[in-house]
Amino acid sequence: MSNNSIIKVEGLHKSYKMGNNALHVLKGIDLDIKAGEMVSIMGSSGSGKSTLLNILGILDSHDRGNYYLDNIRIEKMNETKAARFRNNYIGFIFQSFNLISFKNAMENVALPLYYKNISRKKRNQMALEYLDRLGLKEWANHLPAELSGGQKQRIAIARALISKPKVILADEPTGALDSQTSFEVMDILQEVNQMGITVIIVTHENDIAHRTQRIIRLRDGIIGENKTNGNFQPVNKEIFTNS
Amino acid sequence: MFDRDRWQEILNAIKQNKFRSILTAFGVFWAIFMLVVMTGSGNALVNGITHGFKDFATNSAFLWANRTTVAYEGYDRGRWWSLNNADMEAIVDEIPEIDVLSPRLQGWNLREGQNVVRGEKAAAFNVMGDYPQYRNIDPCTMPYGRYINKEDIELKRKVCIIGEKVYEVMFNEGEDPVGKYLRVNGVYFMVVGVFKSNNPNINIGSNKKETIYLPFTTMQQTFNYGDEVHFFGFTAKPGVNVQSIVDRIKPIIRKHHKISPEDDQAIGGFNVQSELQTIEYTFLGINILIWVVGIGTLIAGAVGVSNIMLVIVRERTKEIGIQRAIGARPAIVIGQILSESVFLTTVAGFLGLAMGTLVLHLTDVALEAARAQAPPDEQSFFMNPEIGLPMAIASVIILVIVGFLAGLIPAMKAVRIKPIEALHHE
Repeated sequence: MSNNSIIKVEGLHKSYKMGNNALHVLKGIDLDIKAGEMVSIMGSSGSGKSTLLNILGILDSHDRGNYYLDNIRIEKMNETKAARFRNNYIGFIFQSFNLISFKNAMENVALPLYYKNISRKKRNQMALEYLDRLGLKEWANHLPAELSGGQKQRIAIARALISKPKVILADEPTGALDSQTSFEVMDILQEVNQMGITVIIVTHENDIAHRTQRIIRLRDGIIGENKTNGNFQPVNKEIFTNS
Repeated sequence: MFDRDRWQEILNAIKQNKFRSILTAFGVFWAIFMLVVMTGSGNALVNGITHGFKDFATNSAFLWANRTTVAYEGYDRGRWWSLNNADMEAIVDEIPEIDVLSPRLQGWNLREGQNVVRGEKAAAFNVMGDYPQYRNIDPCTMPYGRYINKEDIELKRKVCIIGEKVYEVMFNEGEDPVGKYLRVNGVYFMVVGVFKSNNPNINIGSNKKETIYLPFTTMQQTFNYGDEVHFFGFTAKPGVNVQSIVDRIKPIIRKHHKISPEDDQAIGGFNVQSELQTIEYTFLGINILIWVVGIGTLIAGAVGVSNIMLVIVRERTKEIGIQRAIGARPAIVIGQILSESVFLTTVAGFLGLAMGTLVLHLTDVALEAARAQAPPDEQSFFMNPEIGLPMAIASVIILVIVGFLAGLIPAMKAVRIKPIEALHHE
């Protein structure tokens, strides 16, 4: 298994029990994402793209098939182990930002480090560094309610990055943003990708998908299309030059 | 463990619904408050009653002669009889388990008119005849002089010790009575001491403060009691049951005085040990009641806390989901909820403890003030309401346990929700 796959999925199945019926959502997914790739997963609602993302993020378990994260086979595991995997390997970005409302920007960013038992002083200092890179240093002491959507998403990105994950999983990261802000967020994600972090974005917007290297389309629980994006252009902004 | 982020969450959870949190906390507050006040009052009752027994030998009993109620060996029922010196010697000889035995004389017939005279002062006081060992049964301090001693008994000295009231009436304030004489029923006795009983509420035979103690032998001879003993007290050696000794004394006396073995009333008695036991059981009953009510109230309060924690968990399901998605282990989530629950109960409980203690303290102050104004002889059945340190520590431990248990179900519920479901919870 020594290759540069960061995420490798073979024959993945997932169904949900709905009373007496089982809803078969994923019907055999094969996927191989290399370290450092930037991939988008598209599909209409109900195609299973969110389910796939949740399984990749170890928020949900699969029924059948194999899933290797960084060449480690992910099986049904207890929640403690799963939480450690998430904390060490994965950064999440959500459509609705999911910031903790009573914590200020800095504390939100620092939260993953709290779960790693890093001292408050040290984690807040790191959080300030990340906020600085994302141009939000002046907003460090503001609560999420006092920030715009774009700012909130940038804070969420900083929070995803602070634990130095191998993979960023973004579930409709621009879904709640206007197109101008969306592009700014995509710029940042591309920058993140150029640092060497694998970025996987679930989206239904073609504009967003076309800013990734590879587009995977799901249809009814199977992969309908998996093609390299010829139009992909790396950004030239340099937000993370220091890293 | 005590990171600021954790406290931030605790305070935030409470702040989000202040009124609800306060109402919930009130349940616990009230439980502890009631427990403290009730226990304190129970203790005050115990203090008040045991204060009257203070230092009195609790392993003691007293016996005396009554009229017979059963005809026996040619004697009719209703016969008067007396204990005597020979009885005492026989009892001490035959029952080595007796620690001290102290025969007493009670001069009923001596208190008539103003039987005690000193110069121009005259008053009526009780006269008792005692052995030195009586002090082992009914301890006292001696503000002046000494107690009756062995030489007094052996030489039948005409000396006496007097109660506080006797001293007050017969002597000037501050006057040293030792070496002065009192005329008791026409006979002069030299005062050798003033005694002050440690337990002024227990009076056997006479009010101790108004009594003059003569050496037993002196009194037998001087006032023509022959070899009579009016009653006697004894203490049991450590570990020996007082009643078992009483049961062995009675046959000796019955044999000496031809009293029917069936005659239960001919020998009167008072067993301090068993009386105390009755009182102790009553106290035990009161204590059990207090704790049952207190713990019951506390459980009701804990159910309230548990309930509120369930609501908090439900309201914060999504937040918990976010935290778990970014790496919060279940142990962290459980720890968070448990510490909220423990925090809420402990703070509320501490306030209850503080408030209860304050109420007890104020009562104590008021009681002290009332006692200062009351006549000194008045008995108090309610004294020093207080709770001890062990009780306070116990209640704090109970609070933490209660808070822990109250948070357990909500905490388990919080981690049973899968993170993915929690994230989608609105």
